[in-house]
Amino acid sequence: MKREDFIIRFAGEGGQGMVTSADGLAQAASMAGFHVQTFSTFPSQILGGPTWTQTRISTSPVRSSGDAIDVLVCFNREAYDNHKSEVRDDGVIIYNTGDFELDSDGKSFGLPFEELAKSTGNARAENMVVIGAFAQLVNMPQEYLDEFVTKRFSRGRTGDEEIIRSNIEAMHLGRAEAEASGFSLAEMADPVKPEYEQILIKGNEAVSAGAMAAGVNFYVGYPISPATPILIAMERNLVGENQFAYQASSEIEAINAIIGGSYTGKKAMTATSGPGLSLMSEAIGMAWMTEIPFVVVNVQRGGPATGLPTKTEQSDFQLALHPAHGDSAIPVIAAGTVEECFYATVAAFNWAERYQGPVILLSEMMLADRAQNIPRPDLSKLKIENRDVYSGPEGYLRYEAKELSPMPLPGSPGSYIANASEHDPYGDTTHLPERHVQMMERRFSKLKLLEDGEYESQNTEASIAVMPWGGSKGPTEEAYELLLEHGQHTAWYYTMFLHPLPAKLLEELLQKDLVIVPELNFQGQFSSYLRSLGVKAESITQYTGLPFNVGNLAQQLEERLGAGTKGMVNV
Amino acid sequence: MSKKNPEYDFKWCPGCGDFGVRRAIEMAMQQWMIKTEIPVEQNVVVAGIGCSGNTVHLLEGQQPYGFHGIHGRSLPLAMGVKMGNPELNVLVVAGDGDFLSIGGEHIAPQAARNLNICVVIMDNGVYGLTKGQSSPTTELGTITPSTPFGKIETPVQPLNLYITLGVSFVASSFSSKVKDMADLILQGMEHPGFAIVHVNSPCTTYNDTYSILKGDPKNNIAPLVYDIPEEHDSSDRDAAFALVQADGIPLGLVYKDPDSSSFEQRLAGTMKNAKARTTDDIFNSLVI
Repeated sequence: MKREDFIIRFAGEGGQGMVTSADGLAQAASMAGFHVQTFSTFPSQILGGPTWTQTRISTSPVRSSGDAIDVLVCFNREAYDNHKSEVRDDGVIIYNTGDFELDSDGKSFGLPFEELAKSTGNARAENMVVIGAFAQLVNMPQEYLDEFVTKRFSRGRTGDEEIIRSNIEAMHLGRAEAEASGFSLAEMADPVKPEYEQILIKGNEAVSAGAMAAGVNFYVGYPISPATPILIAMERNLVGENQFAYQASSEIEAINAIIGGSYTGKKAMTATSGPGLSLMSEAIGMAWMTEIPFVVVNVQRGGPATGLPTKTEQSDFQLALHPAHGDSAIPVIAAGTVEECFYATVAAFNWAERYQGPVILLSEMMLADRAQNIPRPDLSKLKIENRDVYSGPEGYLRYEAKELSPMPLPGSPGSYIANASEHDPYGDTTHLPERHVQMMERRFSKLKLLEDGEYESQNTEASIAVMPWGGSKGPTEEAYELLLEHGQHTAWYYTMFLHPLPAKLLEELLQKDLVIVPELNFQGQFSSYLRSLGVKAESITQYTGLPFNVGNLAQQLEERLGAGTKGMVNV
Repeated sequence: MSKKNPEYDFKWCPGCGDFGVRRAIEMAMQQWMIKTEIPVEQNVVVAGIGCSGNTVHLLEGQQPYGFHGIHGRSLPLAMGVKMGNPELNVLVVAGDGDFLSIGGEHIAPQAARNLNICVVIMDNGVYGLTKGQSSPTTELGTITPSTPFGKIETPVQPLNLYITLGVSFVASSFSSKVKDMADLILQGMEHPGFAIVHVNSPCTTYNDTYSILKGDPKNNIAPLVYDIPEEHDSSDRDAAFALVQADGIPLGLVYKDPDSSSFEQRLAGTMKNAKARTTDDIFNSLVI
């Protein structure tokens, strides 16, 4: 029988080509019409350190990076020792004989990566040797790979032809060695190429593209893993008249600068990760107070403090909701997939401009660096919202209304003072109790404008529900399907719009006996928030720096469902 | 605010130097608007926290836009305003605590960029609003509530610091010399780059330095301030260093880089050949 799903892991020392191998295989397979998803994890250093990447290839959309490995490619001995236990019983291990030798373990064969690559005249074709060997093991037709190599290296430069020839030769050499090894896996099922146009994109690229589609024209950021690619993309793309993209000297500079830019009418954004968001805290409070719209993208990593800069976690939800001192509740949207990274960014800009205030968009390391095939977004179908700008005469009171009011822009009549202190309708500082009451209510009333977010639901008649958020969506979806297969009657809910929740979704959740939230943090931050809204929610937590393993999560969910609502903390 | 607002209850103390600074800012802005024929709404005053920051609320007459931001962050906020709309005339008002202590980290990067704004510093050598603690410019050994046994740190030499950090326009003034100050602020607005007008603006409640600055012949105190002699070459950085490192407080234009090119000019220069990419361009490069 043909197999519809394969997982290949590349493990070794940073700089040995793990990332190019996983990305290359993902490109080749996606061009052939397969669905793909990559995953990578590495230490925080320029070169070296134990690194691994993974590519999952399937005939249907991929939602998690996968559990057990079909093919493990080991670039060094340490990689073999650390990863061999995760290889399926019928899996195969390919190891680099240029680095180490192994006694036969019944599932491994050696391949001289470097030597074979060099023999083609192109020492950089090591990853092609490996991809060729994998293709042979799963009976993937060579024509798919030829097409990929030809397209990738046809760049209109002299020497393109030679590079294409040597890469294809490297694949053939890898294939020949795999064939000679006698190992083989099940044949891969034929791909079903989708009718629609697709792009292969990473989470951070999707955020950048989403910002541009939403009309961002003011970006100031500061380098930080894993958000830096957004800064790079903005500086590269956001050029020309009325566009500003710039690397500041700190996150404090960045956030204050985008507040200044938005005050003049710009659509503004910055992107950062945990430590940067902590530094932006006070200024985000100022923007809530002065009612200045912009988007802060927080690509979560492990924390607290410097934490785990290159690992994944969902531990900034509570910080995003309350980044600053005093009474405020910042709107939070979280992307759960690479595709959502695009649409969530557009939605974040729409929210910011609509309610005139800061919006925090949560992404995660595991989404940021993940390459995935997605339908090419149709830009003509996007709904882009713009700011309600004041266009009347001088003498306007910016903060007079009890709710949202048009925003004047410097350069046009309507001068006012954007004041981080509590203020009167013009913006002058005040200490009057009734004024603080009025302004507090004005600021919180605007959140009502954001309660119309979309959400997913399934089997809503069940009394117990599963509701992941952010990047745990994919693994939880797969685990949820296992539950259904096992006959569990459980409801499913999911939304990108975490605060405020879609009003209708909250109504439904309030009726459930139990809402189980799988999330990657110690405290169960999202279920704690749901409980504060009156929802009977509990978390399944994990804090390893890695995403959920589907099988393991399904088991935990079944155990939790088996216990029912017994022993639950009453809300 | 153009007329007395009963809700706004902040007041400077009688005799505060900031009254003079406010008047000079109003005069400079008036002259700037006449000269450039820009309307008042084309001006933005960005303030930090402290007695100085309240200038934004206390300006009289036609009202510019204002942004009264958080403590120490007036410079990055002003960078956003200026780069968001380079047509605006952006003026920053800040005090010695706001600008040189909590906000000190922001001076060097703006000097390096040569952000095209004018900054007016009201230096009273003390934290006034929080009632008299020592500030970066408080003299060594001074006893204040936060330095009960005398100040330990060497005071910052603001003019020397600005020139060292590469600020392209550095002027020095005294709050009692309103007309001269207004002229320096106007020059700072006209300067294509980062301009700082540093004003000694005494605090009559916690650090009354009027007699030290102006001198007091009756008590045999020689004046600390003096007008910069006409022969001083303000385009000469070495001469500027010599001036600010000598005794006394020179008043007038200390240094002005004659070849100053502003942040937005530099940016336009590097962007000359840059080609913008649209979302469609990005997607086209990623099509499978």
